Amino acid sequence: MSDAEESPSTFDPAAPNTGEEVEPVDVFPDSDDFDLRPGSDSCYKCATCDTNCPVAEVDDEFPGPKFQGPEQWRLKQSDDSYTVDDSVMSCSNCMRCDNACPSGVPLSQMHNTARGEYVSKQMDKLSVEYVRNRILANYRTSAFFASKVPRLANAAMNFGPARWLMEKTLGVTKEREFPEFASETFREWWAARGGADASRHNARESRERRGEPTESDKKVAYFHGCYSNYNTPEVGKAMVRVYEHFGYEVVAPEQRCSGTPMFANGMLSDAKRHAKVNVASMADLVEQGYDAIASCTSCSMALRQEYPELFDIDGIEDVASNTFESVEYLRIHEDLTGAVREAEVSGDLAEEFAYHAPCHARNQGLDRQAVELFRDLDGAGIEDVGESCSGISGTYGWKEEKYEKSMAIGEEMFEHMAHADGEVGMTECPTCAMQMEHGSGYEICHPLELLEAALVE
Amino acid sequence: MAIESDILVVGGGLAGLTSAIAAAHEGADVRLVSYKQSTLRNASGLVDLLGYTPDGDGPLPDPYEAMGDLPEEHPYRTVGVDTVREAMGLFDEVTQYEGGHTDTNALLPTHGGTVKPTARYPSGAAAGLASDDRDMLLVGFESMTDFDAPHAAAHLDAVGAPFDVRGVTVQFPGGLRADAKVTRYAKLLDTNRDVTVRGRTRPIREALAARVNPLIEDEARVGFPAVLGDDRPAEIRADLGQQMGADVFEVPMGPPSLPGLRLEDALFEALDESGASFETGNPVVKYEGDGTLERVFLEKNGARIPLSADQYVLATGGLVGKGIDSDRERVTEPVFDCHVPHPSDRYDWFDTDVFGDHPFAAFGVATDEELRPLDGGGEPEFDNLRAAGGVLGGYDYAAEKSGSGVSIATGYAAGLHAAAEAQ
Repeated sequence: MSDAEESPSTFDPAAPNTGEEVEPVDVFPDSDDFDLRPGSDSCYKCATCDTNCPVAEVDDEFPGPKFQGPEQWRLKQSDDSYTVDDSVMSCSNCMRCDNACPSGVPLSQMHNTARGEYVSKQMDKLSVEYVRNRILANYRTSAFFASKVPRLANAAMNFGPARWLMEKTLGVTKEREFPEFASETFREWWAARGGADASRHNARESRERRGEPTESDKKVAYFHGCYSNYNTPEVGKAMVRVYEHFGYEVVAPEQRCSGTPMFANGMLSDAKRHAKVNVASMADLVEQGYDAIASCTSCSMALRQEYPELFDIDGIEDVASNTFESVEYLRIHEDLTGAVREAEVSGDLAEEFAYHAPCHARNQGLDRQAVELFRDLDGAGIEDVGESCSGISGTYGWKEEKYEKSMAIGEEMFEHMAHADGEVGMTECPTCAMQMEHGSGYEICHPLELLEAALVE
Repeated sequence: MAIESDILVVGGGLAGLTSAIAAAHEGADVRLVSYKQSTLRNASGLVDLLGYTPDGDGPLPDPYEAMGDLPEEHPYRTVGVDTVREAMGLFDEVTQYEGGHTDTNALLPTHGGTVKPTARYPSGAAAGLASDDRDMLLVGFESMTDFDAPHAAAHLDAVGAPFDVRGVTVQFPGGLRADAKVTRYAKLLDTNRDVTVRGRTRPIREALAARVNPLIEDEARVGFPAVLGDDRPAEIRADLGQQMGADVFEVPMGPPSLPGLRLEDALFEALDESGASFETGNPVVKYEGDGTLERVFLEKNGARIPLSADQYVLATGGLVGKGIDSDRERVTEPVFDCHVPHPSDRYDWFDTDVFGDHPFAAFGVATDEELRPLDGGGEPEFDNLRAAGGVLGGYDYAAEKSGSGVSIATGYAAGLHAAAEAQ
């Protein structure tokens, strides 16, 4: 550009140099699905991202986020035969590096892209590792079948000899206890309760009680995710009851896996297939004035950030900008702090909680939310157990070869939990909860459950 | 509705943190928002007040004494020397830093072997003071090319350090990869894990001391690059020192910097203890209000989160921290579009000499005596917005070595003014 041309400032702190205005350079024949370019030129190699990487901290072999993203791009640019380094499979997709970069380099997007290319082009599709990763990534499919026979599944999955066999043949660690399947899924409960009609009715009653107009646009579409459907429906139920309490009509549209475990395993086409279903059902509702609410922070992360970064799906931008985490949304639209301050809890949830902020909550700026909200709640206490990653990172800690690493990352959290006053844990992330339980023996709950106990009679 | 507080601080660096802590200590309900993690993790962890005059005279023995002679537009002149002292008092209260016993600047060796005037330093650097006349051994690690110990020692010798100094380079025990992350060294030392060296397995701290011990002649203090632990640095230094029969210290390093990370942790902990709320990861992109700020919006992937407060503090940093931006036409402050005084011809923004006196180094918002940014006509942009730290103009932190001091002093002052005004 010459000096003479007009150049109004394009600085927009919301959209760091992610390259929307960059003409893609055709360096690779298929740069449509693999382009590490966006943002990599903004990396000035300060290596701040590396100080945030929980894997690099415990694994000497892992070269860190700066290498996985911007440096692989530079290598690829200068050497046509350069293939993606297999260390990208050791990235746990915690996405902490994103928050660190002072230049707004979209590191996790680059890692997801590089991992996708590695898996699709370099990984042997017949290898045990690929098959195992695919099974783990498609947790929803296994859960769907297991939930049909929850008791049998619970018994079989934690049957010693079977677990030994799974480790030997599939590389799924035998150290972990499989999560229990609920005898009634969230959706079964939802349907039996009367679905959206019942919710509309309940919300109206609440609005009347609260002195709000009966006609209202307070309506949300709940993205419950796989885990609160199959394993912890109590979280989904708490979400529905808390929202209805504030006068919101809830709907539970058709949905698939958010794709988080698929991104982390480089299964981008699986993820895209599920994303299309999710976006389609959410986009229609968003158009009708609904906001999309998720109770799992990895699900909200996927809808808000990973989908628009990786996929070009109709309506995705609208869905992303109307997606919120469940407690965050109430903080914005209701006087949640005031309501909690006036409430008190007794009974089962009158406890001291050892709270762990999931990495994917951290990346949405939600890592302090529960601690700041509940510190004024009568009858319960909450203590942050530190900023370390829990280490499980979804499917990561389930892999035999990653198990030790996963526990080494989580060690700091376990230690903090042991020193915390409470003996009940709290977190928004289902797999962090698994790891907390596994490492400490504590029972773990979701902030929505405590909110329900505090606010809903 | 919006997320509400008395005071909203935009920016999570030294200035933002200090102003939030100061305001919260006054009893205000404070929320701090920061787009990215603090750039403190890129900083040395040393806290400078004023090392040189704007004319380049120095190193200055007493920074407070020199403040009276600074140009009128300098932020230290705006807040006054007494406020600088009070602000440093708050900093001393919430950190475990040393140097507060005297007004005089301390002289500390840097990883390049120069000596730097600084006002406060972490206790981990204390045994490395250049004014201390005990002999010194500097130990570098083969793979950490940022710190060449023999070179740094020769440099210190050449600048006339009042002690004998030698530098040696050793291999860090345990065979870490050549480009291991600094956090990797720190974590190993924190957990004191076993490493195997020539068939013998023992805890890393012991292995490191054993490797360095034969190289110590009669030096009373030994300096390592600043990677000695993240969670337990004091314990590691004591442990190593005991096994080596010498005082152990850290030489501050370039980014990413563990002393900077530890300072960031200490300040966020102080902020938490003060009862303030905070969050990082999302930028402020929009505001509402004319003359008085009513609310601002955080952006999360397209979603706009409204935040409202009675008083606001802008502490987003300077050119490097992106609190000040420029294009070919003009220099701007991107969050509230506050006026940034600068010559209209951009060829007057810089000096042709690389190490010359660059006007851009002092670009930033001009303020009234209460630190309210002023528009082109000299009137406050908003009556409830104050600015602190790198976003301020009128000083050149790199030349003066005044960055941390200005951030702490103006952050403190902005926090107090905001708290006094907040309902």
